[in-house]
Amino acid sequence: MSAAGVGDERPINEPQAAPSEGQSEGRAEGYVHLDSWRRLAAMTPARIALGRAGAGLPTREVLRFSLAHAQARDAVHTPFDAEAVAEGIAGLGLATLQVSSAAPARDAYLRRPDLGRRLADESRALLRETGRGPVDLAIVVADGLSSTAVHVQAVPFLAALKPRIAQAGWSVAPVVIAREARVALGDEVGEVLKAKAVALLVGERPGLSSPDSLGLYLTFDPKVGRTDAERNCISNVRGEGLSHDLAAFKLAWLIGEAFRRQLTGVNLKDESDLLLEAGRPPAIGSA
Amino acid sequence: MAYRHIIGARTWAFADLRDLMAKATPIRSGDMLAGIAAGSAEENVAARMCLAEVPLRAFLTEALIPYERDEVTRLIIDTHDEAVFRPVAHMTVGDFRDFLLSEAATSEALAALAPGITPEMAAAVSKIMRNQDLIAVAKKCRVVTRFRDTIGLAGTMAVRLQPNHPTDDAAGITASILDGLLYGCGDAVIGINPASDSIPVLADLLKLIDDVIQRFAIPTQGCVLTHVTTSVEVINRGVPVDLVFQSVAGSEGANASFGISLATLKEGHEAALSLGRGTLGDNVMYFETGQGSALSANAHHGVDQQTLEARAYAVCRPFRPLLVNTVVGFIGPEYLYDGKQIIRAGLEDHFCGKLMGVPLGCDVCYTNHAEADQDDMDTLMTLLGAAGVTYIMGIPGSDDVMLNYQSTSFHDQLYLREVLGLKRAPEFAAWLMEMGITGPDGRLKPQGASHPLLAAARGLGAGLAA
Repeated sequence: MSAAGVGDERPINEPQAAPSEGQSEGRAEGYVHLDSWRRLAAMTPARIALGRAGAGLPTREVLRFSLAHAQARDAVHTPFDAEAVAEGIAGLGLATLQVSSAAPARDAYLRRPDLGRRLADESRALLRETGRGPVDLAIVVADGLSSTAVHVQAVPFLAALKPRIAQAGWSVAPVVIAREARVALGDEVGEVLKAKAVALLVGERPGLSSPDSLGLYLTFDPKVGRTDAERNCISNVRGEGLSHDLAAFKLAWLIGEAFRRQLTGVNLKDESDLLLEAGRPPAIGSA
Repeated sequence: MAYRHIIGARTWAFADLRDLMAKATPIRSGDMLAGIAAGSAEENVAARMCLAEVPLRAFLTEALIPYERDEVTRLIIDTHDEAVFRPVAHMTVGDFRDFLLSEAATSEALAALAPGITPEMAAAVSKIMRNQDLIAVAKKCRVVTRFRDTIGLAGTMAVRLQPNHPTDDAAGITASILDGLLYGCGDAVIGINPASDSIPVLADLLKLIDDVIQRFAIPTQGCVLTHVTTSVEVINRGVPVDLVFQSVAGSEGANASFGISLATLKEGHEAALSLGRGTLGDNVMYFETGQGSALSANAHHGVDQQTLEARAYAVCRPFRPLLVNTVVGFIGPEYLYDGKQIIRAGLEDHFCGKLMGVPLGCDVCYTNHAEADQDDMDTLMTLLGAAGVTYIMGIPGSDDVMLNYQSTSFHDQLYLREVLGLKRAPEFAAWLMEMGITGPDGRLKPQGASHPLLAAARGLGAGLAA
């Protein structure tokens, strides 16, 4: 395999190397027309100045695209390793419970979003047995549309969130790890666990350039039938997006405001940015 | 009224026209999710056989969504042109299919007939047509619109240049616009989906597009795809707006979930017309649609998603849009499960829109949780090219880095022009030649870094090519 082959470890959206002076004219390399404006590619993650073979994409680009699509597909279909996630969370000193939605498998999950929003009967029974009365916060880790995102992001994110919860003194139910789950599943989990609010971590629909992005949804007074307009969302939690630390700070800020104002959703605007110091969250204990 | 069809010893019964239409639709996941799809392959075909015998006139007397409860139904019934409908008024759905395929249905005859065709009639006949029928008839339908160029002429296909950026960065968007223009795209519109809904950000994007179009005298139009009420607000602030955009659906309730009504659209239409910015024509509206939106908004009234989609074109029609497109694979596999369903839906939508006299383009697209890939998109775009699609999307490398889905690329339109001989809008094609971007054969010419578009890039967008 050549250095420029498919196994190239160049990140998906890194622009091609800028041409040196003297290479700036449009020219051909073999049968491929190279675009003379390749330096513009540094301005955007969009796939510009790809060059062309006739009307088609050059071989390198068509394969690079296939790889990105394969990674996004795998993020959707890789089986959710709930055990490994549970072990990681237990390693943070947090109790866990594992549940399933009413969707029996991935295919049904994709076709029937309604099933992914409700607990399986035995999971509901498990939560009823285990729940120990009112708590401030329930936390749900849901596979959503990217198990990859949950495998990669959930544990380090919770590691960043845990001290902020401790600082605020909120009581927390065991972390619920949910399989074949959609965002609204958190409503039923929160209701059964008698939580004042539910924070749900979910694998977001994978983009071609972001197969491992985690979304966070906060719902005050969770119960079955809540609408998306009654939630707050923090999206794009991943290495190249919103950092775990910053996302944890924003979520903790929203939880505090939700308890203070007794609501979440369109009437609760995320103003946590006003507290950032040079783009970074204040250290724990300083607020 | 109940409908029945007998096959051998079995009688298939359908509760009403709405039920018959839903059962006759080629199977797709959205109708199954709604619980209205045929329960077996035979029931599906029985429904089609039954539907083929229904008179077209039945759709004028048996509303699928009650007249009293839905302003889209009222629009359809109240604006139906009985005089132009007369030549086909005696036909059944099955007769109508035969007529559409016949030599008698010329481009002129079909254009004259369009105001007499309701969305339910178009949807009904599409349900008993094969893919090749949908292509053959759509190909005969001509819908021509104008703003600063002429879109929809026979043998042409336009492209929307879609230079989205995850943070609306001016330099990043400008870089994608230049890339698209140098690949010969942008005759339908230069249209940005903004990440932000902040009015100052939208105003800056509109000025950016206007600056590019004015500076290079490009015979095209710009659009920032934001809510119609936001566009009206931006117009009131004196910002240059060419086209007013809105997503629309086929029921009053679904439109309400988008925050619009027919009255809102009329307000947007009048605001855009008041600016008089078109040089060749005054088609000033840009609409997007897509099967499944009404179910998603829980406002489907038990009507199948393809019929509701055709009703969305009835919402568009009175506003004489420059462009309408179905965003066919964007909504996800719970509505269109795989490549096969997406391909069928794209052809149905295009056919219904064209038959109704609406300038239909298609966002040939898919998301990563659908069972589809680039090969399926190649198939659909080639079929739509053969069917005479008004325009497709042009997105750098097919990867929309803001909306996180895959659509057609700058390269894809080159491919379609090569294999199908499709030309660009004539004014835009002439501009590309003047700029030395294409040769007389419409093919791209190699460009040096000194090309005027690239040389001027420094002044466009913040700090570009510094």
